[in-house]
Amino acid sequence: MAIEVRIPTILRTYTNGEKAVDADGATLADLIANLDGSHPGLGDRLLENGELRRFINVYVNDEDVRFEGGLAKELADGDVVVILPAVAGG
Amino acid sequence: MLRLDQATYDAIVAHAKRDHPDEACGIVAGPEGSDAATRHVPMINAAGSPTFYEFDSSELLALYKEMWAKDEEPVVIYHSHTATEAYPSRTDIGLANEPGAHYVLVSTREHGNSDGPVEFRSYRIIDGDVTEEPVEVVEQLTESA
Repeated sequence: MAIEVRIPTILRTYTNGEKAVDADGATLADLIANLDGSHPGLGDRLLENGELRRFINVYVNDEDVRFEGGLAKELADGDVVVILPAVAGG
Repeated sequence: MLRLDQATYDAIVAHAKRDHPDEACGIVAGPEGSDAATRHVPMINAAGSPTFYEFDSSELLALYKEMWAKDEEPVVIYHSHTATEAYPSRTDIGLANEPGAHYVLVSTREHGNSDGPVEFRSYRIIDGDVTEEPVEVVEQLTESA
């Protein structure tokens, strides 16, 4: 099983500069754990207290996972995951 | 230094004035690695607030997918401050996630929606460090610029 994960510029220090990496997981939570295993530290940039960080957007097949079950979102082979930090400020 | 053509500069200022007293936001995209700000994309402030801005999450994805398809990157990320100076707030600094971008701040605090000068300043924000840089407005961006 392979799920393509698109990595934003700011987090490519964890992926040796790669724009996209493959990962596995039955759910988004599993996928993030798997990503953190192969790219240590990446998980912490996505999660805070076991939840997705407020200003990190994760999309599965173009849908924002906040409206799709969040970390419990089920994944399938061939899904495309995109991680994008929010563009926001005060 | 940030170099902008007059039309893009004017469009950013007009956007900030139009959305005042809410914060306006958007980007200027350009070819990857070129540092040339060529394509202005005004964004909706999903927060609709005088003290906060956030790109709508679906529009954010659409914007990035378009940039990837065109081999572009965000050269400028801009937003307005409507009651305070054109300097990055603590929140702006904490949420600055594009180390390659020029962060432009426009303050409309003086003239609001009306004609009149604005503060227009540009910064690099990397790992929490803010460095102001000069802004040069030119008639047109040239190939060699």
